[in-house]
Parts: sequence; C-alpha cells; structure tokens
Amino acid sequence: MQNSIKDHAALSEIFNEDEKRVNWHDETLWFVRQKRDKAVQDVTEWEQLREYGSQIKNHTLSSLDDYLIEFEKRATANGMAIHWAADAKEHNEIIAEIIRKNHIKQVVKSKSMLTEECNLNSYLASLGIQVIDTDLGEYIVQLRKEHPSHIVLPAIHLKKEDVSDTFHQYLNTEKGNNNPQYLAEAARQQLRRKFISSELAITGVNFAVAETGGFVVCTNEGNADMGVHAARIHVACMGIEKIIPKAAHLGIFLRLLARSATGQPITVYSSHFHKPRPGQQMHVVIVDNGRTRQLGRPDFRNSLKCIRCAACFNTCPVYRKSGGHSYHNAVAGPLGAILNPNINMRGNADLPFASTLCGSCSNVCPVKIDIHEQLWKWRQVLTDEGYVTFGKKWGMKALSLVVSSPSIYRISGKMGRWIMRHFPSLLANKTVNPWYKQRDMPDAPGQSFRTWYLKNKK
Amino acid sequence: MKVGLFIPCYIDQFYPQVGIATLQLLEKLNCEVVFPLNQTCCGQPMANSGFTGKTGGCNKNFVNNFSNVDYIVAPSGSCVLHIKEHLHTENEVAAKYIRRNIYELTEFMTDILNVEKLPSYFPHKVGLHISCHGQRGLHLSSMSELVTPSFSKPEKLLRLVKDLQIVLPQRSDECCGFGGTFCVVEESVSVKMGKDRINEHEANQVEYITATDVSCLMHLQGILRRKKSRVQVRHVAEILNAI
Repeated sequence: MQNSIKDHAALSEIFNEDEKRVNWHDETLWFVRQKRDKAVQDVTEWEQLREYGSQIKNHTLSSLDDYLIEFEKRATANGMAIHWAADAKEHNEIIAEIIRKNHIKQVVKSKSMLTEECNLNSYLASLGIQVIDTDLGEYIVQLRKEHPSHIVLPAIHLKKEDVSDTFHQYLNTEKGNNNPQYLAEAARQQLRRKFISSELAITGVNFAVAETGGFVVCTNEGNADMGVHAARIHVACMGIEKIIPKAAHLGIFLRLLARSATGQPITVYSSHFHKPRPGQQMHVVIVDNGRTRQLGRPDFRNSLKCIRCAACFNTCPVYRKSGGHSYHNAVAGPLGAILNPNINMRGNADLPFASTLCGSCSNVCPVKIDIHEQLWKWRQVLTDEGYVTFGKKWGMKALSLVVSSPSIYRISGKMGRWIMRHFPSLLANKTVNPWYKQRDMPDAPGQSFRTWYLKNKK
Repeated sequence: MKVGLFIPCYIDQFYPQVGIATLQLLEKLNCEVVFPLNQTCCGQPMANSGFTGKTGGCNKNFVNNFSNVDYIVAPSGSCVLHIKEHLHTENEVAAKYIRRNIYELTEFMTDILNVEKLPSYFPHKVGLHISCHGQRGLHLSSMSELVTPSFSKPEKLLRLVKDLQIVLPQRSDECCGFGGTFCVVEESVSVKMGKDRINEHEANQVEYITATDVSCLMHLQGILRRKKSRVQVRHVAEILNAI
C-alpha cells in the first residue's frame, strides 16, 4: 500500500504536524464513541448481549467448516453460485472471470473491506474494468486515489472543505461550496447514473446464515441495494468468518453491530438476500486469505469473531491521534494491529506496538475480543520471530541484565541519577532523547527510597 | 498482618517520596510493613516490549524477595497487574502465591483493610486521572465503556480526605499516553495524548493531578513542566498520607 516504507510511529509524527487537524479528527471520532456509549447505556442487557455474541462466534469458529458447507448447500439450493477463494489472488480472479464471461466493462461496488484487503479495485483496473465505489465515503477516497482510513467511516480523515475541493476537481462542482447537502447531491447525481448503467454489482457480506443459505448486507445509504437491484449480476464477497449458524442470531448481531459502530439502534438498511430474482445471477465468493492460519493460532483465533463495527477504532486514543492511514493497511486501528501481522509479519511488525495497552478496545468490542491482550501477545511473537531492531534488542538485553541483579540495579540507579544531576545536558537533548523533545526530565533525587529506608527505618 | 512493600524501580529511583508516603500510610493503618531490600523491577518494561523471555531474572528475584509475607502491596496498578498476569518461575507454588496476594495500594486499603476513615487533610482542588492498568486490568473502578454499576476505589478513599475537592475530566477514563516504551517509540502520539489530558484538567482549574500510577504522572509532569504550568502532580498515596 501507499505508505509501506514508513512505520506507524513515523506516519503518526507526520499526522501530528497539524495539531488543529489532529484535534478535529480526535473530537470527531470521540463524538462517535459518545454516541455509542449513549446507545448502549439504554440497553440494560448490553453486557449479556456481548456475551451471547461472543459465545455464538466462538461456537461457530469451532465448527467453521461444517457451517460453511451447510451454507454452501443451502445457498446453492436457493440458486446462488458459491465460489471458494484460498487467497486474495483467487478472489480477484474469480470476480474478473465472472465479469469477463458476462462481457461487462463497468461495475458498482458497495463497501467491502474484504475487497480492499484483496486490492480488487486496482486488479480490475489493470484489466480495463472500471469499479465505482458507491458508499459516499469510499467514493470520495476513490476519487482522491486514497484508501479508506476507517472501515465504517472511510473518509473520516477528510473535512467538508476537502470533499468540496475534491468534488470541484473531479465532478466540477462550485469551488468553495462546502454545503454538505449540495455535495451529497452532486455525488448522488453521479452515482445514480453509475447504478443505472452498471450490469454487475459487488457487495460485501455482514452475516451469512448457514441455516438459510442467505446473507445480510448492512448499509446506511442503501447503496448496496441500489446497485444490486439495478444490475443483472450480484457478486457478494465474504471472509470465511462471516458465517453465523441461525437466522435467529441476527437478532443479537444486528443490535450489537449498529450500536457499536455509530450509536444507531439499527443500520438504516439491513438487506436480506436469499435467492436471485428471475433472470438474475447471484454469486458468493468465500475467501480464506490467511484466516485459517489465524484460526490455527490459539492466541489469536478469536480475532475472527470480529463483526467489523470499528468501535475499537473510535475508542482508541492512539487511532484518534494518529489517523487511519498511519496503520498502512486496509484495516487500521487496534483490530488491524492484531489482524495484519497474520497476513504479513515483517511488513506489520510495528502495529502491535502502536498501542498503550490501555484496554479500552477490548471493553467496547461487541463480541468480546481480547484485543489488547492479543496486541501484547503479538509483541512476543514478533520479537521471537526476530522482527525487532538491533537497538531495541540490545537495549532490552542490557535492561534485563541490570534489573536481574539487585547490586547492578542499585549501582546503575545511583550512577544514573548522579549523571542526571551533574551533567543534565546529556539527557536534556532533543536529538538523542525522544522523551525530552516535548517533556522535561523527572528530578533525580540524591537518595533512592531504599537508601532513605535504610537510614530511617532500619 | 505482614505486608511486603513493593516499590517499583522507577519510584525507588525517581519518586522516593511516593514510597515514603505509601510506607507511612500503611503503618498508620496498623500494618506491619517490611521492605525486602533486594527488590528491583517487576519485569514489565521487557515483557511489554515483546521480551518476556528476558524477564526470568526479574521473576526469580521477585519471588526471592516476596515469598515470606501475607500480602504484597505497591503504589502502582501497572506493576501489580504485570505480576498478577505474568509472574512465573520454576517455583510455581511461590509464584502463584504472589500472584494471588499482590495488591495495588487503594485496592488493598479498600478490599483488605476496609478503610472507612482517614485522618488526612489536603485542602486543594485535585484532578483525578484514572490509570488504565489499575482500572481496566485490576478493576479499581468501573469503566465508561461497560454497562455496569459505577464505583471507584481510589475516588472513595480520596473522598475521605478533609477539604479535598476532586474533579474528574470530561473524558473520565481516557489513557494519558505513557504506555511504557510507547512514550518514546511513539513519541508524537504519546505527547499529544498527554497534552489533551492536561488540557481537560487545566480547564477544570485544578491545582494537582493525582493518579494511582506514578508512570502516568511522570509523563504528565514532564509535559506540565515543559509548558511551565502551575499544575503539579501527586500520587494518591501522598494525598492520602497528607495531614
């Protein structure tokens, strides 16, 4: 992706160059967190719902193959075509093949983080097929040739002024007209034409129900429905973890999802798809792309419970103050930090460290993923696998040596404090000491607590 | 009741006054307090950096120092949480005993000593910063994310202090951004998080910011001093011990 050279810390530093904008980003997402709080506080059985959600997902993960096969059987009987993709490449090729067979040049796509994960847009573009993202936020970032910075609110890093400039450049709207209604109407007019002229619509899948062979797509804009209803072919893409056993379970997950995501009691459109209309083709592409590998890691398997609400993004102060693009992946935030190392350990070894381990992510998670504990565990795995800098490795070795020995610890402490008192400029140096860049050093007292204790208490 | 006082390494070296306040407070509450002299560090800096494999020496040393007491008490939720979750040695019986009997100071005062009154006096307006590991890890207080009854062990104790006015920031339990090595590895985000916490406390016109963890306070103090703020930091033990 675009930021593959710099790590999260370096990208965050750039993001923090404009403090006013950071404040705006932080407050915007905190507002969403507060909306979520308000919505869940109204549900007295909220913690029980989270527990149900977690248990259903745990159960499903333990029989994932059975439920997927049951889904395939029912969905096929309903008239859908089921395709299995081992990885991103197969996913993209399956979709390209459907498009090629049907001689289609332009497709509309509603929000699907899986297709972002698989880089579907650029793959299809390389084959001369135009993909139009129809979720308003995704449409904006697509025009700007950016990636979404948030899985639920893809353009949350942009202000209305930025959208106005983008639309002026690409859609020829009035320069400087920042009225959200005007801008939304301009997008609507453009997208309406694309909906009508596209014969194939791609959607994601929020929940696939094994018992019925149907699936549910949640949007607030109705863009998935608009695309699907106007096209003769519907291609729905899902990760293997999107399966739930029974339709009755939707009563739990739909309540959890919208409240956690945006503080709404339910998404505006929760569309249930069961079989193709007469003359319509309906395809479901079921994708692994590293998920079975994650399922095989006992410490990380329950990350697959995720229902992609992004509550962990909104609550995370590091996410709010570093921006989604600093995570250099389709899925950012604390969730991305536990999923992406599974896909590419070397490229994402920085992400589990982009956290203070405050634990707020795990508390908002509607399916009780122990996100901050997995961040901690990933740190151990990455270090064991050798994805660690030379400086850190030797620094930690030295620290370990010091604190393992009471006498070396005491001498080092005494010497350190003596140096801080007599040669403060050695540490009070912004280039060698990151602490000192924006913070003063603590005082270095003449005696440690232990020394005081020996003098006064022994 | 024999209490082993655990003073985390950075408190021992940089904030001895917090250790002194903790010791005096526990003695005031009639505990027999011992300070094992060969204690060093809980091992958290290595473990949180991914180097759990390098904590063996610390773990062994910790068990050697704290096996012969009824309770282990420390003025740090973070170090206590680390021991509770990650202390393992060849002598698992001793390690398990410690994991089960280690307490953060306000938790110990509330749950074991059942403190209902204190002779303390601190006539100031104080902003309470809730430290994450104590809160979300040790459950010292209820959490804004959960739909559960509200409570706070540190706040309950602070309310026993005469003439103390406690003020909570608007985002009552947002992280300060210290985060161990995070504070230097992710310097820009860490400082921004700290600045934002401080802005809320300053808007409340507090004289002091207090917390159950010195690490949060050390980070906030660094930022406060750099901007020459009049707001000072005090650990909870120092306020509960003030007369």
